[in-house]
Amino acid sequence: MLKIENLHVEVEGKPILRGIDLELPSGQVHAIMGPNGSGKSTLAHVIAGKPGYTVTQGSVTYNGKDLLALEPEQRAGEGVFLAFQYPLEIPGVNNVYMLKAALNGIRKYRGLPEMDAVQFLNLVKTKTKIVGLKESLLNRPVNQGFSGGEKKRNEVFQMSVLEPSLAVLDETDSGLDIDALRIVAEGVNQLRDPGRAFLVVTHYQRLLDYIVPDVVHVLAQGRIVKSGPRELALELEERGYDWLLPAAVA
Amino acid sequence: MATSPDIQTLISQKYDAGFVTDIEQESLPPGLGEDTVRFVSAKKGEPQWMLDWRLKAFERWQQMKEPNWAHVHYPKIDYQAISYYAAPKSSKDRPQSLDEVDPKLIETYNKLGIPLEEQKMLAGVAVDVVFDSVSIHTTFKDKLAAAGVIFCSFSEAVREHPELVKRYLGSVVPQNDNYFAALNSAVFSDGSFVYIPKNTRCPMELSTYFRMNAINTGQFERTLIIADTGSYVSYLEGCTAPQRDENQLHAAVVELIALDDAEIKYSTVQNWYPGDEEGRGGIYNFVTKRGDCRGRNSKISWTQVETGSAITWKYPSCVLKGENSVGEFYSVALANHRQQADTGTKMIHIGRNTRSTIVSKGISAGKGQNAYRGLVRIARSAEGARNYTQCDSLLMGDQCGAHTFPYIEVKNSTAKVEHEASTSKISDDQLFYLRSRGISNEDAVNLIVNGFCKQVFKELPMEFAVEAQKLLSISLEGAVG
Repeated sequence: MLKIENLHVEVEGKPILRGIDLELPSGQVHAIMGPNGSGKSTLAHVIAGKPGYTVTQGSVTYNGKDLLALEPEQRAGEGVFLAFQYPLEIPGVNNVYMLKAALNGIRKYRGLPEMDAVQFLNLVKTKTKIVGLKESLLNRPVNQGFSGGEKKRNEVFQMSVLEPSLAVLDETDSGLDIDALRIVAEGVNQLRDPGRAFLVVTHYQRLLDYIVPDVVHVLAQGRIVKSGPRELALELEERGYDWLLPAAVA
Repeated sequence: MATSPDIQTLISQKYDAGFVTDIEQESLPPGLGEDTVRFVSAKKGEPQWMLDWRLKAFERWQQMKEPNWAHVHYPKIDYQAISYYAAPKSSKDRPQSLDEVDPKLIETYNKLGIPLEEQKMLAGVAVDVVFDSVSIHTTFKDKLAAAGVIFCSFSEAVREHPELVKRYLGSVVPQNDNYFAALNSAVFSDGSFVYIPKNTRCPMELSTYFRMNAINTGQFERTLIIADTGSYVSYLEGCTAPQRDENQLHAAVVELIALDDAEIKYSTVQNWYPGDEEGRGGIYNFVTKRGDCRGRNSKISWTQVETGSAITWKYPSCVLKGENSVGEFYSVALANHRQQADTGTKMIHIGRNTRSTIVSKGISAGKGQNAYRGLVRIARSAEGARNYTQCDSLLMGDQCGAHTFPYIEVKNSTAKVEHEASTSKISDDQLFYLRSRGISNEDAVNLIVNGFCKQVFKELPMEFAVEAQKLLSISLEGAVG
């Protein structure tokens, strides 16, 4: 269970998040929606431990552990995964090689023995099929020369290999056409599991046609202004966000 | 200058087999003069022609000026303060056990997974018995001899194969080529000699590492490799573990000659002592390396990974004389802390349809300064010559520097010359991306750096490549914090 309490976050002295409360139990999918600049990506980044954010108040715990006290790689060890809005290119580093280093880093953190090359390649083979990643991309440098859709699919592929218990998807739908969106969403749905929670950050409701959330939260001006069932997303699609914004922010 | 009586006796002394043990007790006080050259030559038991050659080089050196055009800074070297014949230290002067050696060095050895006995040797600890190398050494010699390959110390070559040495010595790097080459030609202590006979593929990779007597050859090493018609050899220089060394200045000369259809692959992993974080100590590595593609369809390929030395100043080059000959240069140079590197290559196209490839990867970290300097010269005669140059710099932190000095001279309009250059920084976003996947900060840096160097590493022989990766990660430890 992910538990966020009264989270305040600043970037270079400017407050972005102003008191977020959120509980995401295992097995559920929660969507975070909201207008541009509401702090959605900041929330995703802070959970994963991206440097450059200052937490001024509040806490983020995962399964009782203080996430904010951990390095990004330790959070990965605890089961946190962030699917990037803009996946980075790492020239010269083989996609599968990177993933093996990641998996073994996580296994090491958990006190498990390293996975050998044969076991790992078998795992990769199975997972490639599940998310429909072209095998030719496996041995290319990480994300280099990948199309927008391929990059996002690669994120889902990494997620399927690393098997996180908490997956944060940061605008995974951005830049995808409808076919790519559907394929990526199918990949995510395959990974839905009672032991796994998803936090899906998105600007548009259309992603939620494919990844159906249990709860939708609306983030605006650094606060969660409304939470509700998936129908809330449809309502937002129709009415926009303005009606939810506080008339005047104190 | 008057010659001291001691030296006189030594000069007149005849070479005998006990020579190797003899030198244990001998070394020369600092200073450089004609008598020094005579002394060194006598110590080696050299014939007159070799001594004459050295003396001529010394005469030329005296008329030359130390160059200062490189992008490196160092206090003026006092050539009179150097001892030009430092015999290997006697057991008594050496550290008696690893406890007496810099713990940092030991830590590095452990990380590289170097066996204890080998650590002792590298650290210069007095060891009575040379461990398992004896057997390696013997099998290795037999195999080479069966193939007709000559692989021996330079001194041995002067004695046993004078006709080859006479024909090729100085034919690629003339005595007066440059200041440091002239100095080396006058006072070189020893080095390696390789001859691969016609149509022979050398049955194994040759490495100075196996040739135990090549260790401690000192600061003025000389290497000469000849690949006769249709032959092939891969030569590995150096060893990935840092070597403890008291010498400040290393001025080596390497000459390679490839005749018709011959190929030489020369790989270097250089990890001399780089000095400490503040730039105290460390080796000045001023080396002249040049390959001569003398024959048609010949090929010379240089691959270097330079992580050590306080200052690296060298340009392994190819002179492409033979028609269709090929020159290659693949380089990774690292400058961390206060290290300085000014390195690159020269590709001199003379023959028709000659081709060259240059891939240079410079990594700067800490306060390191890294310069690529390269010359591509297409002579009027080099019809249809082609060159491709790629020159990438990677910066870590904000106190280091990367510099690129390409020189291109084209005198034939049918030539094609390409130059690509890039400078990048390890971005925080890349690091975060990898860390968020469960990879530690240090491993993430290593992944990115290895990715950056991949094009060069894949040119190294397999085992060397693995070692080079490890070495790079150790050399960069703590560079990004």
